[in-house]
Amino acid sequence: MSKNDCYVSIRHVGKIYPSPHGEVTALQDINLDIKNHEFVSILGPSGCGKSTLLKCIAGLEKASQGTIEIQEQTVSRPPDGMGVVFQRDILLDWRNILDNVMLITEFRRLHREQYLDKAHALLKRFGLEGFENRHPWELSGGMRQRAAICRALLDDPELLLMDEPFGALDAMTRDDLNLELARLWQDTRKTVLFITHSIPEAIFLSDRVVVMSRNPGRIDEIVDIDLPRPRKLSLRETPKFGEYVAHFRHRFAELGIVKED
Amino acid sequence: MNWIKRNDKFLSVVAVLAGSVLIWELLCWLLEVRVFILPAPSRIFLEIVDTPIYFLSNAGFTLMTTLAGFALAVILGVVAAVGIVHSVFLERTLYTLLVALNSVPKVALAPLFVIWMGTGSEPKIAIALMIAIFSIVIDTVLGLRSADTDMINMARAARATQLQILIKIRFPMALASMFAGMKVGISFALIGAIVGEFVAGETGLGHVILLSQGMFDTPRVFAAIFILGAMGTILFYIVEAAERFFLPWHVSQRGYSGGH
Repeated sequence: MSKNDCYVSIRHVGKIYPSPHGEVTALQDINLDIKNHEFVSILGPSGCGKSTLLKCIAGLEKASQGTIEIQEQTVSRPPDGMGVVFQRDILLDWRNILDNVMLITEFRRLHREQYLDKAHALLKRFGLEGFENRHPWELSGGMRQRAAICRALLDDPELLLMDEPFGALDAMTRDDLNLELARLWQDTRKTVLFITHSIPEAIFLSDRVVVMSRNPGRIDEIVDIDLPRPRKLSLRETPKFGEYVAHFRHRFAELGIVKED
Repeated sequence: MNWIKRNDKFLSVVAVLAGSVLIWELLCWLLEVRVFILPAPSRIFLEIVDTPIYFLSNAGFTLMTTLAGFALAVILGVVAAVGIVHSVFLERTLYTLLVALNSVPKVALAPLFVIWMGTGSEPKIAIALMIAIFSIVIDTVLGLRSADTDMINMARAARATQLQILIKIRFPMALASMFAGMKVGISFALIGAIVGEFVAGETGLGHVILLSQGMFDTPRVFAAIFILGAMGTILFYIVEAAERFFLPWHVSQRGYSGGH
């Protein structure tokens, strides 16, 4: 892979937390390259350090060992050109939906007028047209998470980090948002790092799936997902999709994370 | 009927208060209680109506010192809280001192302010400030600290500065707690103003109470107490109305109207 193709480069990253019972190794020797325009999912059980890894990439936490580079720049604080979507929508209750989406224009002193059209277009794309003046508490969980995605996309970041964004949603809303995210990626080809503990979700969305195991959190394997795009929900009923699901399930059973008997 | 339903809380308050006054009035007449022991409500009312200017000017003085003390307590209290939350040094020094001072019965310090500041309105404002500031500082610190880490992370990931996080995230999140402190603080400010007037001075409702007590003019004492009660209640509800205005989003204010 040539250097320019590589958007995020993670080298020998480790994270150690002090705790009352001694040091806890949250991440151990993580090596991963995320290519430009690639959709990579990190799949793993809770406690495998996948959220910690995302926080380190986002510059919200410092890795104890190793380096993380984004576009050949070492990450020491939240970099430019990055949008983050968290598991909780964390919309600000005192702002309406439009002002929540516009939040970063205030943080970065951007011209509000220039981004208003962009905000309206995003809200329309995610089915929130007409809800601009509503407050977060008036919206359902799925709509709130859609608004949070719009907020992260407002200044068109090249890199999108998503930390189990659909984990708290019901299955149907989750399917719906998976489709919308797949479509968004198809249209914009952003570099996406997506964290999930859902096997079908990871396969459906990704070019590559990184399997992590816990105690300590490390990369177990990286699997290329060779399925045609654009993807539809019916893809999940195909034999090839089923093979991938079976492969990951088997792997988690071998790792002792899922025990069938 | 609809009007009654919508205002049932307010109406029940009025009913309870009016009922109590009526029973008080009846008991005074039936048991022929002597006026200097316990005057009937009607007698207290007449007392106020007889000399409205006297009560008005004294109440105005007390109100002015209460509001000045409260306003200073809010300004200084919030500034102190921001400092305490952002600086380990201030937390170790100022916060520790405040908590230690808070354990001293502050009324006992009132005479000192007369020594330092004389008998004008300044010592009263200072005492009101001193008594009101604690709940405001402590609740504001609590509120600023309670800001959700996910929310702070979201703002940091969006490249917000510390100042922007304070103004746009921490402050709005702290408002509910700050108003809780201010609701306690406004009542304390009124207590402080009265204590100041008890200790020294020639004006204010506290002074009226002391003076009338010396002359066994019980109706006048009660009249001043009644005005103080009304003043405290109105001030409290003004702070609460401000809370409703500034926090329309807050869960405690929202009722069942919104949400899914």
